[in-house]
Amino acid sequence: MDVVSLAHGSGGSLTGALINDLFRRHFENPYLTEAHDAARLPILSGKTAFTTDSYVISPLQFPGGNIGKLAVCGTVNDLAMSGARPLYLSCGFIIEDGLPLSLLETIVRSMADAAREAGVLVVTGDTKVVNRGAADKLFINTAGIGEIPPGIDICGSNATPGDVVIVSGSLGDHGATILLEREQLGLAANLASDCGPLGGLVAAMLSVCPQIRVLRDPTRGGLATALNEIASQSRVGIELDEASIPIKPAVRGVCEMLGLDPLYLANEGKLAAIVPAEMAEQILAAMKNHVYGKEAAIIGRVLAQPVGRLFMRTPYGSRRILDVMVSDPLPRIC
Amino acid sequence: MKQTEAFRSKDLVSSLTARLAQAVTRPIKIMEVCGSHTMSIFHHGIRDLLPADMQLLSGPGCPVCVTPQGYIDSAIELARSQDVILASFGDMLRVPGTQSSLLKEKAAGHDIRVLYSPLDALEIAAATPARQVVFLGVGFETTAPVVAVTILDAAKRGLNNFSVFSAHKLVPPAMEALCADSGLQVDGFLCPGHVSTVIGLEPYRFLAEQHHKPAVIAGFEIVDILHALLLIAEMLRLDKPAAVNAYPRAVSDAGNPTAREILQRVFMPSDSVWRGLGLIRKSGLQIRPEFARFDAAVRFGLKETETQTPNGCSCGDILRGLKTPPQCPLYKKVCTPQTPMGACMVSSEGTCAAYYKYIVD
Repeated sequence: MDVVSLAHGSGGSLTGALINDLFRRHFENPYLTEAHDAARLPILSGKTAFTTDSYVISPLQFPGGNIGKLAVCGTVNDLAMSGARPLYLSCGFIIEDGLPLSLLETIVRSMADAAREAGVLVVTGDTKVVNRGAADKLFINTAGIGEIPPGIDICGSNATPGDVVIVSGSLGDHGATILLEREQLGLAANLASDCGPLGGLVAAMLSVCPQIRVLRDPTRGGLATALNEIASQSRVGIELDEASIPIKPAVRGVCEMLGLDPLYLANEGKLAAIVPAEMAEQILAAMKNHVYGKEAAIIGRVLAQPVGRLFMRTPYGSRRILDVMVSDPLPRIC
Repeated sequence: MKQTEAFRSKDLVSSLTARLAQAVTRPIKIMEVCGSHTMSIFHHGIRDLLPADMQLLSGPGCPVCVTPQGYIDSAIELARSQDVILASFGDMLRVPGTQSSLLKEKAAGHDIRVLYSPLDALEIAAATPARQVVFLGVGFETTAPVVAVTILDAAKRGLNNFSVFSAHKLVPPAMEALCADSGLQVDGFLCPGHVSTVIGLEPYRFLAEQHHKPAVIAGFEIVDILHALLLIAEMLRLDKPAAVNAYPRAVSDAGNPTAREILQRVFMPSDSVWRGLGLIRKSGLQIRPEFARFDAAVRFGLKETETQTPNGCSCGDILRGLKTPPQCPLYKKVCTPQTPMGACMVSSEGTCAAYYKYIVD
């Protein structure tokens, strides 16, 4: 089996082969093909969004995606959550000696596919190969640049009492999928990660309402942590209606069995939006028309009090707090 | 899932709460003994739905919470030794010992693994014959039979590098100890659903017969809990306390004799220290001498050392239902889920942790 070896990271001919035969072939675009030390990009007008994230997920492949798709979608989504149109990505690979080349190619191919779908170009990159044990098979860092259209002001501190909370679809799919894969629990659940690029969905939402206040992709820590952050930053309270929150029965089942709360599980292809109440139905309709927003739902509202708190209104009319996550959710004894 | 939905019916909930309002005719205090009940009560906001005169208290039913600090200290010492792989259920990891926690030790590089089933520990043991695999046996009658099966399986497979550090506890002796406390202000008990699948209804009869307190085994859905509370309230109103199984879809009155037989083959009752409550006679489970080679306490000469309760900590009173968490001087000030001081804050099932997490102040 052909594997990545330390020689692939030496800067010599094998490095060149890896870059030309694999990365450049799949990521093909004029900026990358110039092959300078740095990509030369046109200066954007107005505001630029710039972000970076590192991906170290184990296992590398999971139902619904792999580390490569995740590395593109995660950074694209971070850009999109600022209201930006994602344009360019950089991509750094840290590869553990011995990674099968075929696996690397599979991962790079899904990165290219995800980038194409998201409408972003991978314009620059870097590869390092490290000794066995110095990394866990493959780490990927991506940074991204996007253009924020004029008049868009999306920020965690913009939530205003009276606003409405929308989510783009079912919650906890990615977290539950990874948990089952990682722990090999032998639970047969028909689950897949929701990993997907949300730039198009955000563009569709902004086209009906440029005054969207806050966008957040609830990754680690889940929806509850993301909304807690918004409640703190905006100095408002947020109340959710339990019955209206979309959660797949399989995710709910896994969570009930393991004593976890789906609202604290990671999502990789979902967003939460805080929007002016009078525009909520129009935004919702636009979301439902988009492939990544078909199950979008209005799930709650922003209140003036108590500041910094997130609540759940149960179907029975009672309330409970949803606090920030302390650390990784740990399965309970009974 | 379909079946569960019926036990979350809004209509049933409103009719049950209406009937509860009628049934509660004086101030009553009911203790839910099981941590999973505590979680469910907070999760569904059940306290908001009860008549003002009905108060719920959380008892010593979270196995993590009642495990003494000394046990954690011994487990940490074990984890620090090179040839040991420590295997545990997840929520033990955050529990603070006197100096450290297993989570901190794991971060420091010690081999501590989170399992979902004790049987997984046998696979680890078989795969790493040069190292000792120690499973932290924490839990009540619900989990103990599975640990017993694991030990029997290890014996059958001839594994010599697997052992259990048992801190298993029994629920009825703790309830008996609570009732023997003259200060106890509890009118009735919501009995644990999972534990009862194993022990059945019989062990709760003394509560009604000797202590004149209704005891009702309940399931974990909102309708289960409200229904059980209604039964207790009715019994109190009519002054006819009894032990009742209100969770027949999971619990048979006879419990699970097979599980109990396996449990008794491997374990025997022993005196045991409960964090917050102290020593309770015959309330623990010790591995029988014939299985001593699977007993980590014997193999490694471990002792559960007595440790001091942190100054000001009211866990003992909270576990007895004498205080609520906000009445503890440490609650939310120095004692939080990130920095738990006492038993009731350490596990997500603990009363203080549940208050902290769910109660709107």
